[in-house]
Amino acid sequence: MNFGFNEEQELLRSTARKFLENECPSEVVRKLMDTPEGMTPALWGKLAEQGWLGLITPEAYDGMGLGLVDLVVLMEEMGRAVVPGPYFSTVLLGGLGILEAGTEAQKKEWLPKIAAGEKRVTLAWMEPSAQLGPEGVTLAAAEKGGTFTLSGTKLFVPDAHTADAVVVAARTGKPGAEGISLFLVPKGAKGLAVTLLPTMDQTRKLCEVTLKDVAVGGDAVLGATGSGWKALSRVLDRATVALCAEMCGGAQKVLDMTVEYAKIRQAFGRPIGSFQGVKHKAADMLVDVENSKSITYYAAWAMDEGVAEGPLAASMAKAYVSDAYRKVSAAGIQLHGGIGFTWEHDLHLYFKRAKGSEFTFGDATYHRERVAQLVNL
Amino acid sequence: MDFTLTPEQQSFRDEVRDWLRKNLPRGWVERLREGSDVPRPEAYEFLRGWQRKMYDAGFVGLTWPKEYGGRGLTFMEELILAEEMALQKAPPVLNILAIGMAGPTIINYGTEEQKKRYPAKMLSCEEIWCQGYSEPNAGSDLASLQTRAVKDGEYYVINGQKVWTSLAHVADWMMLLARTDPDAPKHKGITYFLLDMKLPGITVKPLKQITGDPEFNEVYFDNVRVHESEILGGLNNGWAVGLATLMYERLALGFGLQVRLRIALDGLVELARNTKKNGASVSKDPVLRQKLAQLWIETEVFKYTGARAITKLLKGELPGPEASTGKMMWVEGHQHLQELAMEIEGPFSQLMRGSQWAMADGLWQHTFLRSRANSIEGGTTEIQKNIIGERVLGLPKG
Repeated sequence: MNFGFNEEQELLRSTARKFLENECPSEVVRKLMDTPEGMTPALWGKLAEQGWLGLITPEAYDGMGLGLVDLVVLMEEMGRAVVPGPYFSTVLLGGLGILEAGTEAQKKEWLPKIAAGEKRVTLAWMEPSAQLGPEGVTLAAAEKGGTFTLSGTKLFVPDAHTADAVVVAARTGKPGAEGISLFLVPKGAKGLAVTLLPTMDQTRKLCEVTLKDVAVGGDAVLGATGSGWKALSRVLDRATVALCAEMCGGAQKVLDMTVEYAKIRQAFGRPIGSFQGVKHKAADMLVDVENSKSITYYAAWAMDEGVAEGPLAASMAKAYVSDAYRKVSAAGIQLHGGIGFTWEHDLHLYFKRAKGSEFTFGDATYHRERVAQLVNL
Repeated sequence: MDFTLTPEQQSFRDEVRDWLRKNLPRGWVERLREGSDVPRPEAYEFLRGWQRKMYDAGFVGLTWPKEYGGRGLTFMEELILAEEMALQKAPPVLNILAIGMAGPTIINYGTEEQKKRYPAKMLSCEEIWCQGYSEPNAGSDLASLQTRAVKDGEYYVINGQKVWTSLAHVADWMMLLARTDPDAPKHKGITYFLLDMKLPGITVKPLKQITGDPEFNEVYFDNVRVHESEILGGLNNGWAVGLATLMYERLALGFGLQVRLRIALDGLVELARNTKKNGASVSKDPVLRQKLAQLWIETEVFKYTGARAITKLLKGELPGPEASTGKMMWVEGHQHLQELAMEIEGPFSQLMRGSQWAMADGLWQHTFLRSRANSIEGGTTEIQKNIIGERVLGLPKG
């Protein structure tokens, strides 16, 4: 057993931290989050140069061919820097969606371009019902003579306004998991409308995507019709683990900021960190952060190795980390006092990211129930 | 990152699994009214025999050097053993204070004579150890201890009192911290003695706990004469030696506690499945189901945080922040678990063993009450948080 990172992974961590400190410090984050895109072409190009856009893309499609454990390292650093923009949606939703569901031809066409930073793809999965299971997918795709006509509304679609294509989960058959297919709908398709929504976490851009009689050919189906949910659940489990890693990185940064502040901030003639009321809260934060990492790392390994309890591990991680990041980021504000509540201080970026991430891919309550089902409670 | 076992580790696991399957005493949980952590007094003789059996099979003291009765294996084997014991719900090791604390400290600080004399008999449970640290006026503030040891020729004469001393009434030896230099600063005048509990002048008075059991004791010393060869780690060096013991305690507890938490959780799930509420099994109740799942998750998280610490140990590194959180996390998890058992039983949680209406034979009432001590014994949660705040996070002392 070796529950740690290897030298290459540690190198990736230090490279990523340095890169993001230089290229995406909080002044840049704040500029980016004020723009609709949340990203500049220049920074996106640099992410591609680092190889990060194709980190988990197989080498056959011009990627680095690394695994989720490697990606976890990078995601922790991304979360530490609260990097805005479509990295997550491109790599873990659209890109992974094509990799998991697409035909060889579709993969050959899209994955190298995604890795090179030339194309961005996102995933439209949830609908206004906000249901997480297969029953939540109701957007209709009617077939007639080899052409599919898609109609319906998708919600909480990240970065759809800047994507070159959207993977849309739609219903081609009866209710249930078997009736779901994934379609690759290109930007500008007739009847496709994207509206950017104002979000609490400005670093995350979420959209409403409406499809009104959008007609696509059979070649737009990713893989085979009816196989959509199977691929989608594999994508979502991996994306969930990657999100947990991003949350771990953010929580660690909040802890670091808080400890530094508690050492220098004076009250009643001594540093506030010397008061047990502050010290004990900081200790609780450390416990939350370290435990979050443990279960996230394990889930990443389990997904990479394809062990049977991979999905269980992913749900355990999301349940634990959702609560932990929320608690840690709130405690960070509390221990900073008034300054922590200002727009000027960076803490709110983390607090808002924690809140948004909590409800992405299911909150703690949803995942606890999933754990209960998976362990046969 | 790799969680798979090497062929050698697999064969060790098979050896443990096979042995436990053949030798596990059936129904011991019910017999001992013991669901989770510390055994009840009437179980001591049974547990002494069980440890002896495990020792004879080579499963006690895995990481100790062969010359002192151990097997010279790594923490990986210790982890495998702990997991197998949890899976098969094996009884705990009775002489845990010796195995987890006194033994490693003696192996690290002892003279060659001491190392030959003590460790092997700890493993076989021939000699049970207790820990003479806390006093009526020195608990969390341990360095304020007042028990005196005054030199008289080759001997030290001990006078004073210890309290909350688990196992003292059956112990053969005690790890004793006593003040040898009252004029030195409080951390610098303490010496660590290995004390024979049969010496004249020692009185052990059992203390009845909130469980009704006399599990811990007061220990009085009235002119007890200890030979100077029983000093461990040098005169007035007791604070450093004592802290090392506590460090080993945390390490040892990590393995043992994981096992006990897993066993208790499995028991709780059984209880939830077998208890009906509004006509359905409690494990199907949406609210209690959330709580059960949360405990399940916390138990797994505890295991993986431990695994990260062990990985560092196996690489020869010192455990990092993840290691210091173990005790606290276990306490929280275990107390939640016991509270949840009471919640599942509902009004029946009021009934003790002996009532025909008591659920699960009244097993959980005892462990629930016992769990209140978890956040006090072995360093209170408040002290653990001070340690994490100061030593791990580097926050200033109060």
